[in-house]
This record gives sequence, structure tokens and C-alpha cells, in this order.
Amino acid sequence: MRLELRGITKRFPGVIANRDINLVVEPGEIHALLGENGAGKTTLMNVLFGLYKPDEGEILIDGKSVSFHDPGDAIAAGIGMVHQHFMLVPVFTVTENVMLGVESVRGPLGQQLDRPAARRRIIEISEAHNLRVDPDARVEDLPVGVRQRVEIIKTLYRRSDLLVLDEPTSVLTPQEDEELFEIMRSLKASGTSIVFITHKLNEAMGIADRITVLRAGRVIGTTTPEEASLEKLAEMMVGRRVSLVVEKKPAKPGATVLEVDDLVVRDDRGHVTVDGLDLQVRAGEIVAIAGVQGNGQTELVEAITGLRQPVGGTIRIQGKPVRHAPRAVLEAGVAHVPEDRLEDGCVPAFTIAENLVLNTYYRKPFANGPQLDRDAIEREATRLVQDFDIRTPSAFNPVSNLSGGNQQKVIVAREFSRPVHLLVAAQPTRGLDVGSIEYIHRRIVGKRDEGAAVLVVSTELDEVFALADRLAVMYQGKIVDVLDPAQATTQQVGLLMGGSRPVGIVEAEAAGGLTHVVTSGG
Amino acid sequence: MTAAVQVAPAVIVDRAAIRRQRILGVVYLVMAAAAAFVLGEGIEPGASSTFLLKPAGSQGGLDIPPLVVPATLTIYLIAGLCAALGAIQLVRGFGSRWTVVLGVVVVAFVFAFLTWAGAGRSMSLIGILQLTVQKALPITFGALSGVLCERSGVVNIAIEGMLLAGAFSGAVVGSGTGNNIIGLVAAALVGGALAGVLAVLAIRYRMNQIVAGTVINILAAGLTSFLASRVLQAHRELNEPTKFASIPLPLLSDIPIVGPMFFSGNIFMYMLFVLIGLIHWALFHTRWGLRVRAVGEHPRAADTVGINVLFTRYRNVILGGIVAGVGGAYFTLGSTGSFVHDMTGGRGFIGLAAMIFGGWTPIGAFLASLVFGFADALQARLSILGAAVPSEFLLMVPYLVTIVVVAGLVGRVRMPAADGMPYEKE
Amino acid sequence: MAEQRPADERPTGEDVPRPSVRVRLAGIARGLAVPVLAIFSALVIGAFVIVLSDVTFFERLSADPGGALGTAIGGVLEAYGALFRGALGSPTGYAEAFASGDPAQITKAFVPISETLLAATPLIFTGLAVALGFQCGLFNIGAEGQLYVGAMFGTFAGFAFAGLPWFIHLPLAIGAGFLGGALWGFVPGLLKARTGAHEVIVTIMLNYTAYRLIEYILKVPGYQREGRNDPISKVALESSWFPPLIEGLRANWGFVLGLVAALAVSWLLFRSTRGFEFRAVGFNPSGARAAGMSIAVSTILAMTISGGLAGLAGTSIVLGVTHSLTSGISAGFGFDGIAIALMAGSRPRGIVLASLLFGALRAGATPMQSITGVPIDLVVVIQALVIMFVAAPALVRELYRIRVPETTGLETFAKGWRV
Repeated sequence: MRLELRGITKRFPGVIANRDINLVVEPGEIHALLGENGAGKTTLMNVLFGLYKPDEGEILIDGKSVSFHDPGDAIAAGIGMVHQHFMLVPVFTVTENVMLGVESVRGPLGQQLDRPAARRRIIEISEAHNLRVDPDARVEDLPVGVRQRVEIIKTLYRRSDLLVLDEPTSVLTPQEDEELFEIMRSLKASGTSIVFITHKLNEAMGIADRITVLRAGRVIGTTTPEEASLEKLAEMMVGRRVSLVVEKKPAKPGATVLEVDDLVVRDDRGHVTVDGLDLQVRAGEIVAIAGVQGNGQTELVEAITGLRQPVGGTIRIQGKPVRHAPRAVLEAGVAHVPEDRLEDGCVPAFTIAENLVLNTYYRKPFANGPQLDRDAIEREATRLVQDFDIRTPSAFNPVSNLSGGNQQKVIVAREFSRPVHLLVAAQPTRGLDVGSIEYIHRRIVGKRDEGAAVLVVSTELDEVFALADRLAVMYQGKIVDVLDPAQATTQQVGLLMGGSRPVGIVEAEAAGGLTHVVTSGG
Repeated sequence: MTAAVQVAPAVIVDRAAIRRQRILGVVYLVMAAAAAFVLGEGIEPGASSTFLLKPAGSQGGLDIPPLVVPATLTIYLIAGLCAALGAIQLVRGFGSRWTVVLGVVVVAFVFAFLTWAGAGRSMSLIGILQLTVQKALPITFGALSGVLCERSGVVNIAIEGMLLAGAFSGAVVGSGTGNNIIGLVAAALVGGALAGVLAVLAIRYRMNQIVAGTVINILAAGLTSFLASRVLQAHRELNEPTKFASIPLPLLSDIPIVGPMFFSGNIFMYMLFVLIGLIHWALFHTRWGLRVRAVGEHPRAADTVGINVLFTRYRNVILGGIVAGVGGAYFTLGSTGSFVHDMTGGRGFIGLAAMIFGGWTPIGAFLASLVFGFADALQARLSILGAAVPSEFLLMVPYLVTIVVVAGLVGRVRMPAADGMPYEKE
Repeated sequence: MAEQRPADERPTGEDVPRPSVRVRLAGIARGLAVPVLAIFSALVIGAFVIVLSDVTFFERLSADPGGALGTAIGGVLEAYGALFRGALGSPTGYAEAFASGDPAQITKAFVPISETLLAATPLIFTGLAVALGFQCGLFNIGAEGQLYVGAMFGTFAGFAFAGLPWFIHLPLAIGAGFLGGALWGFVPGLLKARTGAHEVIVTIMLNYTAYRLIEYILKVPGYQREGRNDPISKVALESSWFPPLIEGLRANWGFVLGLVAALAVSWLLFRSTRGFEFRAVGFNPSGARAAGMSIAVSTILAMTISGGLAGLAGTSIVLGVTHSLTSGISAGFGFDGIAIALMAGSRPRGIVLASLLFGALRAGATPMQSITGVPIDLVVVIQALVIMFVAAPALVRELYRIRVPETTGLETFAKGWRV
């Protein structure tokens, strides 16, 4: 199948996710779609799969213009998609999941499931492409890598000629990556076209026939592994940043406030996502962690702030271990700007005033014994709304009515207005406008200058560069390197985030640098 | 490292499993103690209990001698059994066979109770068992209705209202037309219509499904009572349907014990058996069922393979309403003969519990309904027995067992993952 | 990993204009629009139910359509008129009574209002009970059972302690009633917090358990009234009764206790640190947890207090009206509490108003039936319709093509059987 996307534009309120995108996927080609988080890769593929309607542009298959209203149309046209979040029913068997929607039936009523027939075809497919699965296993019992194979079988079962793999390696271990690549090569050999969405440079270089780089919703260029180099791709992907200038004096680091030793944390599914991580943050400095989302940053922050019980290692704050409960961590002098601001950062239905005391409401001056002191809360609210420039008609409006920037200011106001030893800010400016970003950055630097230790976690490279006194890169549950932002280049960091080592560093650090690749085996 | 990654989730699950195991073990020990110290103490040492196993006045079939047991010994034996099972449960658990053990303990305990209640006299065990099945009928219909709805992801707390509406319309249309079949069809349609309202409120207006169900329940209770007093009091001829007659199945009804229980009922009983089989087959062995379950478990996944999620939910909720309507008609056309205000008396809620208890499966729901039906039957029989029996405590058992099951085993009984969650396309 | 979900984006940096008085008034009007339109729609549908359930209507319709419609409308007005007079009294009745100057006559004219207050009293308690649960994200469908257990405890305290002065005995009995209900609410709260058992199922089961418990206790010697074979308790001593508000009327100080309870719940929810936690947990459990609150403590405490409030409903009936316990003291007050909490958006002030409305419907229904022959159960239908419209503002919006708030006060509680 030859797929062509012509001039695709997709807008969402306030954002243009795809802007005039042109892309050609030749038959039997592996085409990598490379870009950072938010570059518009997934949106583009959702347009292709009929989940979104493009505002402009057209899709051509073998030269004919087509339009998809729902995934069913796309499937019928021979497009198969393996979503980032698998679309599998956990309690169903592999066979049931694969046949769902295109069931083989038998019996006098033509209704009864013909599981044996489906099973036979699954075995055929899996043998043809070395996709080893047990057709009778329940999907929930299978490891992630095998589930992905089920998804691939699902598309082949529907006789797809074009396969879209959305960040397929983000959930895999390095060994599983290699198995996946083998499968992809086998599919390619049988004439299937593959769109391979990734942000990992070496993967794109290793497997793709052609590479298209997306940045901020636009196509930056299409190249081939032969023409390109890791360095060139990194630059295309992250671009030349118009760096956000944050005025800050050189840091004056003091005593160590946060000490993380050999920390091991599991995510909700039981996978180790923080894997023996060490980290120190000193008073009066900002340590910023860069990394592609899903490399354990979320779990690291949750462990530090007491929201998640680590399974190994220690976390000390000011030299003392802290009980892993949010309130104990809070009382130890830690402020937290959480990654998911509406979920963990506030109670959207509460007023601004209530949210401003969400974790201090039980203490003086906001409470007198069992009773809230509404005057004190109101005074505080009025003060903070003013101080932090929260744009609202009144402090008694629900936070859900505010814009994203102002919601974040409410959380920042609450967390920054009390004296703390450590500030943990995860994705502090995600989805905000430039004005709010600058404002929050200034506040973070201000907190540092007051003498707090600051840990910033961000997937935005320019944010990391703008804020960091020390820049740590996290990859697969470990800090792979700590750099001086004044010396480091975006290209260097981009390579580290993508799991590759810049040549100079590899030489400098000799063998130790690459050990992470084989650590978290599955 | 690799091994640790695999083991981790199991360890977490195990802690919950151990807690459940302990809860169950303690419950068994309490039951053993109750049998030994409450029941065992209260009777004369030499008394024996006689259980009749052949329906009174039954002509055909085999002659089964009554079962006579020494009262005290039986009770102590059962207490010992419960204690032993409880101890094993506490120490090492029964793994996946916990349901069987739970069933054994409950049945044994109930038998101990009956032995105690019937000490020194004779009691028609077969009568109680027959009544059990009859009482379980509407509960099962309700539970099946719940299974149909919830397997597609819509919580149906309105079973009670649908039963009531079915009972009312079955009686009125059945008497008005003089044809019970038409009455039955009307009951099914009214149940379906009420379910349609639930579906529209829950799916289209995305109203909280529990609230929507509560609205339907109140509406059905109000409307049926209102119409009963306004119309049926003046027009008694609209509330005198002829009941469906019993149809003992040849040969099958002669089987001892099972025959009188399951093969001597009226059309409702056989419809129920067909429905149980049909729904079980449809849910787990057909294309239809695979899609329904996919919608209830992971609607987005179903959507991405081209299944219409909302249509599936509308259809299943309405089908569930039809089943509940038929079950409601049992009250008037199958059992009592005329409509009485609020005559379902909470059977819909019990059906809901039976559905959960039965793990959202038709067969499980039926077995759970039998437990509740047994409690109902006992209540009816024990009051006739007239003994100064605090039967109330025994009658609490099904409700308490449900609580224990929901509390202790909720992690084991797997509900449809998307149950109660409105679906929205991206 | 995940790219930004643009659907979550909000326009950023916009300035929200300060609202003028007019805008704020419009906001209040919009807030009231839903309940008012809900009642109106429910009454209209109720009218159709009255007309269509009249068998003779159809016969007359074919003979004389105009006349039949006229009679039908007349019948509806007559029924609603009787309902209204039964709930609030008739203007002519008041006028005649005051004209006569006879205190007995005047008192009698106030009987309808007294009956409304009397019927509203338990509804306030059960409404508050359900609302407190809603505010903490819990659906307490077990107010009925809690009511009975509360009544059981309250009745016991009422007859068991002889020789106490009323100012000790009455509070003691009230406290006992609260305790009983609280116990029946504590169990589902504990089970939910510890095992994740859904409170809806557990409270439904506890309702039935409570019924059996009452049947049992009413046969226990020492609780059952001497010389009686039917299930009825001993009579609570007069020192534990709620005194009447006005001598000669049935409305009593239980109503005042209801108002006090509404104030107390209002304080608890909106002025106390505990209530702050309840509401935070109800609206956003993960946010509450991240802020250091304990979801388990809030769940258990809220269910316990909720049960206690429902227990007070039973106590208010026993100590204020029946003075002894039977298995029929609650005519579904626990379930009406759900309707009231929904209608009031779980706000204590609204609950008092909604209880008065539902109490009026209940009080007016009996005279309506005896005068016009329209059965009492009409008010149940009306109640169901009111909740339906209140809980689905989108319905009202589509029917009347007006802008109404999206919120229903139900955003808090869990969906489905999920923990």
C-alpha cells in the first residue's frame, strides 16, 4: 500500500497540533516518524486512523483520496494501528482479543464463535512472522512485550497492509526492542508498510528506511539513515531553541537537602520504573531532570513526596529519613507542584481560597481547633491572589473556572508561600502560555534564592536549560548523566534522552556509561 | 531483578487474599460456635429430627423414606465440620476452591439449624426446597436483567422498579384481555420501556447511573401504587388474572427431590431455565456476547475495532428490562394472582446482590438466588412451624453473607471493568 | 510518552471580567431555575397522570371532547387544590378561624401546617444523612435501615430509664438514637475504607438486616409491650417525648432539632476542618490524598455521622409521634432522603426547603385522596420526576431551551461499583 498524507492540518482549541503535513509511505517501507512529546505525531496518526477529522488536507491510498469517519473505515482500508496504550480487553484470551470485531462464527444460527478457526489463523500468522504468543492465554497475564505482539497480530489478522506503531518501544526492554525490530523486518519483507513513531534517535536510525522529523506540529524534513547522523537528527528534533531567558544569579549551593540513594520504585502495574537511582539536591540550587516521559520521573517524584511507597533504597530530607506519607513529607518542609495539576494538585470544584489552604487548613492560623478560621483563610487568599497575580474576579471562584495558567498559579502560590527546605516541581509549566511560564520560572528561581533546594522535572528541554543549575538526564529509571547546563548542548541532552551517548561522553566515561541498557530486564 | 519484577504484583495481591482468607476463617469459626453453643444447647439430648422428602399428597414417583437424624449429634458434627474448615481456612486457605467451601459451610450450618428447629418433630424438607426454587425465580430474573445490563457497562439498580412495573402490567393486561400470554408480553414491553428510560438518562444524558436507577425505582413504585388505588380498586376485574398453571414435565418431575423442585413448575420456571442457558451461551460463546463483554470491559478497545458502543449499551439495557419485566409478571401471573402495592418487596435489590454474588454470570446468579430464595422459604415455613425460634437471625444470613462476599472477596469476583462508566468518544 | 492531549487545553491567560450585580442575580436565577422548573414539569406530568388514569375520561372524550377536557382540567385543579390546602391550610379557613376568635378554632386552622412540619421532620434528618454522604463521595442508600436501628436504640432509652427529668431523658434518648444509626453507618464505612466493598450494596443489605433485627427485638420480652402479642415496643416515657410546638398540634420540637441538625451539618461541612476533608475527598480523592488527607478516615467518619443523622430521623418519629416502635414507623423516609438530598444539591439549607416541600406533599396527599379520590401515591410520582429533572439538568435545558448550570451536586460520588 502506498499512503500519502497531503497538507493535513488539525487544530484544537488554542493549539494547532498538525500544520500542513505532507508524508508519503511507500509500499514495504519502514518509515520512522521522529519527534518530541507534543510534536504532533500521535495526533497525525489519529487523523489517519479515523479518530480525528482533519481540518484541512487529504489522505490518499494508492493514489485515491479516502476519508475515514471511524476506525472501522481505516481498518477496512487496510490500515492497522498499534496504540501506545494497548486496546486489548484484559480478561479476554489472545484469541478473543484478536478476533473481536471480525469474529469467525459457525453453527446453525451463524452466531457461535469459532474459536478453533481463529486460533488456527493466529498460529499461522504468528509462525509466519515469529510473533510468539499462546493463543489461549489471558491478556492480563501476559507481559507487555507479548501484549504488543498480540496487537500486531490483531492488525495482521485484519489483513492490514500498513501498520502504524505508536511509540512501540516506550514500554519495552532493550531485548524486547530487538525482538520487535526483527518482527518489523519480517513484516517489511512480506510487503507490509510500517509507520514507526518514536522519539528515540538510534531506533529510527537502526530500523527505518526513511525518517520524517516532526517538530511543533510541522514536518521539519525527511531523510534517510544513510544521509543523516544522530547529531543531525537530534538537532532537527529539538531545533534551535529560542531559549526562555530566566534572569538568575549563579547558584550558591549549601548543605545537601535531598538525598536519594539506590531508590527502586514500581509503577501501578508492578514494573520497576525507578531502578537504583541516586540523586542529591543541595540548598540554593536547582537540579532539573530532563527525560522523555515514561522513564520513571513520575514515580520518582511520587516516591519523594510520599505518594508512592518505594520498594528499595532511601530518601533523606535534611539528613533524616521521612515516613512515606504525604502529610509527613509536607511537615518535613517539602513543597510539591504535581505533574497532574487537576488530579493531584488541587480540588477543581473548590474555591481558590480553599485550594490555597488545601494542605495547611488544619493548622494555625487557618484553623482554631476543629473550626476553620474563614477570615484567616480569606486574608491569605486575598494576599496570595494579589502576590501571585492570579487573574480571577474573586478568591471564591472555583478553580475549575480558571485558565490553565491561573490554576497552576494557585498551586504555585500555595506551595511557594510557606517556608520549605525542598521544592519538587514536576512539569511545572506544561500546557501554559508564555506569560505564565515566565512567571512560574521567576518564582522557582526566587525560591532557590531564598535558600530552598529545588528539584524540577520536565520533558521540555528549554525549560530544563533555563532553570537548571545542574542538569540531570533520566533514562529508564536511572540518572544517566549530570551536566552543567552552561557547557551542555541541546543536541547532547537530546541524545542522552533518546538513549544514545554523545561520542565524547562515551569516551570520557568509558565502560560504565552504557550499563543502563541491560539493567531492567523483563 | 527479573524475578523480582514478576513477583511483585503477586505479593501485593496476596496480602489482600490473606485478609480475605482470615475474614472467611473467622466467619466459619463463628458459625461453628453458634451451632455448638446456641443450637446444640437448646434441645433435648435424645431428640431426633425428621425431614420429609416427598411432597405431601404426591401420588406418582418413587417413594422416598423420610430422613431421620439424631438432633444433638448432627448439630455437634456440623459444628465440628465448620470449625475444622474454619481452622484450615485460617491456616492455609482453600485457594480457588473457596466458593465450594463457603457453600458447604453455609449449607451445613443451615441444616444444623433445621435440625434444631425440627427437633422432636417432622418437617417437610421437600416443601422448603420447592418453595426455595419458587422464591428464587423472580430474584433470578432480576439478576439476569442485571447481568445483561452490567456486562455491557451500565449499572442497573432499577431492577426493583422493573419487576414492579412488570408485575403490575402483567396483571392488568392479563386480566383486561383475558389472555395471560398477552399479559406476559405487556409486562416484557413495559419492563423494556422503563429500561429505555434508564438507558436514555444514563447514556444520552449521562446521569449518574445509580441516581437514574433510583429515579426509576421511585417512579415505578409511585406509578404502580397510584394506578392500583385509582384504577384497580374501582375495577377489580382488571386485577384478576388467571395464573399460569403448573406443567409437571413427564418423567423429569418424577425424579426424587429434583423433580418436585425444578420440573413441576409453571411456564416461568421453564422460561427461566431457557434464559439462563441462553444468556450463558450467548455471553460466552457467541459473537454477540464477545462484543457485549468487550463493551463492558474496555469500550475504547471495542470502538477501535468498529463496535458501536452506545448502541450495544442501549440494546442490552432494554433487553435487561424485558427480562426483568417478565420476572415481574411472575409475581402476578405466576404466583400471587393479583397485584398488590409494593409486592416485589425488595426482590430487585436482592437480585442485584445475587448478580454480584454470582460474579456477573447467569449460572452463578441463579445459584446465589437459590441461597436468597431459601431464606425466603424458611421465613415462610418457620412462621408456620410456630416455634419460638429467633428465625430473624437466620434470615439475616443471606444479607450478611452478601456483605462478607462483597467485602472479603470483591477482589476475586470480577466485575465488568467499565461498569458504570459513561463512554465518550474522543 | 503521551503527547499533550489538546482536548484538555484551556484558553490561557484570559482575564475574567468582574461580574456586575445583574450578572450575579442572573446566576442566582439560573441556580433556582432547575429546581423550580423541575417541580413545575413534575406537576404538569402529574396532571397528565391524573387525567389519563381516570378510566371514565376516555369514555367522555369520545362523547364530548370539549366537556371531557374541561372536566379533566377541573379535576386536576381540584386535586392540586386539595393537596395545597391539606399542606398549608385554606385562606378561608384561616379567616373564619380568626374571625371566630376561638383559640381552639385557630389552632385547628393550623393543623395542615403542623402536619407539613411533622412530615418534614424525619425527611430533614434523612436528607441530611444522604447529603453528608454525597459530599464525601458516598451513596448512603441505607438511611432506612439506620433510621430503624436509631429508632430501636432511641425507643429503648425512652422506656428503660424511669424517673429522669425531661432535660436529661430527652437528650439521652436522642443520643441513643444517634448512636444506633451511627453504628449502622459505621459498618459500611469501615468496610468501604478497608476492603473497598461498595457502600451501595452493603447498605442495601444492612437495610434488610435492620428490618429483621426490628422484627426480632419487637418480640423480645422486656422490649415488647407487656400483654401484647403483636410486634410493638413498650411506650417511651413521657419525659423522653418531644413536646409539641404548640399545645393541641402534632408538630413538635423534633422539627426544631431538625433545624439544629441542619445548622450543625452546615457547620461541619463548610466551617470545620473535618468537613473540608470530607468535601475534598468527595470531589477529588487523589487531590485530597496528595494534600495529606486520609481518605479512609473521612469515609468512615462520614458514613458514621450520616448513619447517626438517619438514626435521629427514627428517633424523632418515635419520640415525637408514635411514642413506641413498630416495624412500620418509616414510610420510606430513608429513600425520600435520597430524593431530598439530590434536589437540594446536598446543601443543608436546601434540604430544609426540600423537606418542607416533600413534607407538604405528604401532608397534603391524605386530604387530597379523601376529598378528590386521587391516590396518595401521586406525590411519589411527582417526587421521582422532580429528582429526574434535577439530576439531569441537560433535560431541563432541552425542554425549556434555557441556559442552566451543568452541576448537579452529584459530581462527587463514585460511579458504578468502583471503589
